[in-house]
Amino acid sequence: MSACLDIANLSAVLPNGQRVLRSVSLSVQPGEVRALVGESGAGKTMIGKAVLGVLPSSVRIVEGDMLLEGEDLGRLQPKARRTLIGARTALIPQDPLTALNPSRRIGPQMTDRLVRILGWSGEKADTRIRQLLDEVQIRDPERVLKSYPHELSGGMRQRVLIAAAFAAKPRLIVADEPTTALDVTVQKQILRLIAALQREHGTAILFVTHDLGVVAKISQKVSVLYSGKVVEEAETAALFAAPQHPYTRALMAATPRYTDPFASLKPVDEAVLAGLATEIAAADHAWGRPHG
Amino acid sequence: MDKSSRRGRSPRLWLAGGWLLLALLAAIFAPLVAPQDPLAQDLMLERLPPFWLDGAEPGYWLGTDSLGRDLLSRLIFGGRIAFIVAFAAAIAACLVGSTLGLFAGYFGGWVDRIISRIVDIWMAFPPVLFAILLVAVLGTGLGSVILAIAIIDWTRFCRVIRAEAMGQSRMDYVENARIAGYGRIGIMLREVLPNVVPSIVALLSLEMGIAVIVEAILSFVNLSISTDDPTWGGIIAEGRLSIHQAWWVLVFPLITLILTVLSFSQFGEALKARFDPVLR
Repeated sequence: MSACLDIANLSAVLPNGQRVLRSVSLSVQPGEVRALVGESGAGKTMIGKAVLGVLPSSVRIVEGDMLLEGEDLGRLQPKARRTLIGARTALIPQDPLTALNPSRRIGPQMTDRLVRILGWSGEKADTRIRQLLDEVQIRDPERVLKSYPHELSGGMRQRVLIAAAFAAKPRLIVADEPTTALDVTVQKQILRLIAALQREHGTAILFVTHDLGVVAKISQKVSVLYSGKVVEEAETAALFAAPQHPYTRALMAATPRYTDPFASLKPVDEAVLAGLATEIAAADHAWGRPHG
Repeated sequence: MDKSSRRGRSPRLWLAGGWLLLALLAAIFAPLVAPQDPLAQDLMLERLPPFWLDGAEPGYWLGTDSLGRDLLSRLIFGGRIAFIVAFAAAIAACLVGSTLGLFAGYFGGWVDRIISRIVDIWMAFPPVLFAILLVAVLGTGLGSVILAIAIIDWTRFCRVIRAEAMGQSRMDYVENARIAGYGRIGIMLREVLPNVVPSIVALLSLEMGIAVIVEAILSFVNLSISTDDPTWGGIIAEGRLSIHQAWWVLVFPLITLILTVLSFSQFGEALKARFDPVLR
């Protein structure tokens, strides 16, 4: 059985030649949650955007393959690629405040995609949406479907977006820091919801986050990114039990703990960063040669 | 907060809308409303003052001009041309400008570069001179005036809508629509357009005011419609000649013009606030 998502040696550059992704390889098996962790600017969101085909126009993929359920995205015509991505993937975005169109009611926004892109009947789409709204524990679907986005709270909007993502029966969902913009108390509920829906629907998730606590709760496998390079990849349990890379260990040490809330926050050690810089330079050197 | 109580707190919408409605109804039903024939000259009644001054005649509320024509009737009939030009020219300019602006802002790249350069070049022409030149070439007449205003002023719509569409196209919901597999035109019409409609409405109303001014300018220099039909600009031009003998012939059309233009712009702003689902 082929992987749900298979990324091999993916490299991307900015117009000035700087690499933002450095030979990234990772795969997500069907029904698996793969976490992508790293600090800001590590390229984790970039990987998600690359998979979904919405990289900023300044970022260019120069090498590597992306296979979505065995289909090579790089070889498809743009239109066929759009259709494939549209039918098999979905996004749970970072900021629920800007991810819904402010001038359209929730109902049409949610059903529109099922009807227009997937060709469902209006009735079937409506039933599906209501079922999903129920699954994300929205108790008054009538009101929500008739609302404009600004009439709902951030947590409600994120529930709506999660329902919308699962409604189209995707094989792969990219969750781009879905809890970052939310209140801490809401974060937990949303995370539980995503986990529950993921189990229920068996959807594979590429879960982008900077929060190791979230990683531990939701994922089966983790890729740790630094500066666009995967520095460590492991089963989640194994990673937390015995982190191999010094950077992973430093990240874990930097996580604030409830048991000692007054301890000062630990930044990543200078020596670790120096080691990473050497590693990145070596990788770039090795990569640079065959490409001139 | 319930909507009715907020609605009551928008006096400018009602003041501006009220004046426009009054002027529009008067223009539409001009033959019924006007107290006199706007073209009838009577040298026995020349330069009658408005009703509250000595020497006023009943039935000539705002006085008469130097040919004895009733000023109020001429203003009411002049409103017909003003409103026809305002609506036709503004809608034409809006359709052309908004469409191009939407494409430029949403598609970006070379589409944007071409449209933006055309707008830059267009706006380098002084608008009033451009209008006079166009009417001189196209010939006078209602159609030419409308066409000239539309040709000059589509850039106003284009610039603003381009900027708005550009901002919209970076929003997450547009990205979501791309991921879902919508085509570019579909996204432009479904995700971007509804969010720029409030601006289009505001600009449309503002442009109607501008069209009224441009029409007045053109008829002031006698380049508008046939000289027989009264126009606000034409009346102002005549009033200027007799300012020392009959100030009212200049002052009343100016007040009418200013009120109308101001109302259009205020009405547009108020409508924008009303249309915007977030501000509502």
